[in-house]
Amino acid sequence: MPKDGSVVRLDGQGKPLWLVLELTYRCPLKCPWCSNPVDYARDETAELSTAEWKRVLREGRELGALQLGFTGGEPLLRDDLEELVADARALGYYTNLITSGVGLSEARLSALKAAGLNQIQLSLQSSERELTDTLVGARAHDLKVKVAHMIKAHGFPMVLNVPVFRQNIGQVEDILRLAEEIGVDYLEFANIQYYNWAMVNRDELLPTREQLQAAERAVQAARERLGDRMTIYFVIPDYYEGRPKACMNGWGSIHLTIAPDGVAMPCQEARVIEGLEFPSIRDNSLAWLWNESPTFQKFRGDEWMSPTCRSCDEKEKDFGGCRCQAFLLTGDAANTDPACSRSPHHHLIAEAIAKAHAPGRRIQPLVLRNDRNSRLLGEGSGTGGGCGAAGRADLAVAVVEPSDV
Amino acid sequence: MNDSAVSPPAAGERYALNPMYLFRWEPTQDAHVLLYPEGIVKLNQTAGDIIERCDGKRTVAELVAELQQRYPGDEERVAEGVYTFLEVFRAKGWIRRQA
Ligand SMILES: C[S@@+](CC[C@H](N)C(=O)[O-])C[C@H]1O[C@@H](n2cnc3c(N)ncnc32)[C@H](O)[C@@H]1O
Ligand code: SF4
Ligand code: SF4
Repeated sequence: MPKDGSVVRLDGQGKPLWLVLELTYRCPLKCPWCSNPVDYARDETAELSTAEWKRVLREGRELGALQLGFTGGEPLLRDDLEELVADARALGYYTNLITSGVGLSEARLSALKAAGLNQIQLSLQSSERELTDTLVGARAHDLKVKVAHMIKAHGFPMVLNVPVFRQNIGQVEDILRLAEEIGVDYLEFANIQYYNWAMVNRDELLPTREQLQAAERAVQAARERLGDRMTIYFVIPDYYEGRPKACMNGWGSIHLTIAPDGVAMPCQEARVIEGLEFPSIRDNSLAWLWNESPTFQKFRGDEWMSPTCRSCDEKEKDFGGCRCQAFLLTGDAANTDPACSRSPHHHLIAEAIAKAHAPGRRIQPLVLRNDRNSRLLGEGSGTGGGCGAAGRADLAVAVVEPSDV
Repeated sequence: MNDSAVSPPAAGERYALNPMYLFRWEPTQDAHVLLYPEGIVKLNQTAGDIIERCDGKRTVAELVAELQQRYPGDEERVAEGVYTFLEVFRAKGWIRRQA
């Protein structure tokens, strides 16, 4: 008979267990921390067709993929979503819809249920109408709360995703209460990651360590109060950890993301890394992209690591952190993630924190994610890489549309 | 933590799979798996045997008896194993105690 701890967690054994489909970059909201590429609007390449997405689904399953996320942009803007969900379920995927809630009607919920969708992750930004609406640049708060109740009424398991930043970190308790009232199964407070739009707005979004600690205490108290009724995650920002996240469980290890134009990536942010090629499933099989493409092989294993990481006794734990963050902050994706206190670039993190909270600093309006800002920021970047990286903040401020804020 | 959330499993209680989780056989892994919004867990045979029986109807005592039949030999060790597993699974949120 079993011993405690003999439950096996799954390692990838080389399989892309986790497949994420970014069905579109189009979105009705304008979140200034959005993880989509800053220059998303510049790329006119057509989105994959229904038939092309189905090919990805089939080939992904052949490679052993189990988990499937439909995300974007706003995946509900694709009217073939239900058809793709049904196809994915028939192939044996566990299907997740990751949505802002905009466009989720009773009719679509019924259709998604009939198609076999397994769960819905809904994003909510605040417990207060005004704040949500200001932050996402649209009247969305009441709609999101209504949609949350509808999702539960249709019997879906629901994850409520709350991206956490300076503007809402003080609302943890109110958000918890709201989630309890809705009957959320999973509540995920995810401190945002500073890439793409969030990097453009980092000085305005980064919370202080004290704010973070207060939020963590509120979460801990809620866990004790709620017991089994709700699972609460609190993803802390690596800026305050001293150690990087085990990003994607390692590059090209279990995660495979397909962008709207069919480009295959080891993670949703990978396009920010300059100098890598990103071939599309339009021209290649998924098997070749995953197993053999230079981009996926680039940071597998530990050959590529800097001496700091290669000689480190924790490299099996975090794989040297995040390649995108290493690139964005140090200019070289093979460097140790600067979030690590052992990184020779760790001072960059301390400096970013200090800059964001400098006494007397000038408060800047948030740069909303929209097509116009995207084109402007996209022009500023010399390559196809999507990021308004550190140091681009001045440019970013120049393109704020006052009417948006 | 409040007591009812952490007290160990008892013979008369019933456990059911957390509705967030999908439990099924996965041929590409040659194993039972648990799929849920944030993860995938591959189960070994005995873990699969136990979770399969967390149906909200069987009591823990009945579950133990079935496993003792399936793994004849050391009854006490089987019983202890089941109790330990249930406690671990519950703590992980995979199964829930029925009211
Ligand atoms: C990019 S969105 C796409 C799906 C949909 N539009 C939505 O917002 O739910 C996917 C998820 O990423 C989260 N997210 C967006 N920007 C993020 C960031 N910078 N760091 C961490 N999570 C982020 C959102 O809250 C959402 O749960
Ligand atoms: S994070 Fe906001 S802006 Fe980005 S895709 Fe989701 S809803 Fe749209
Ligand atoms: S030095 Fe590299 S491997 Fe070691 S803890 Fe830091 S990031 Fe991880």
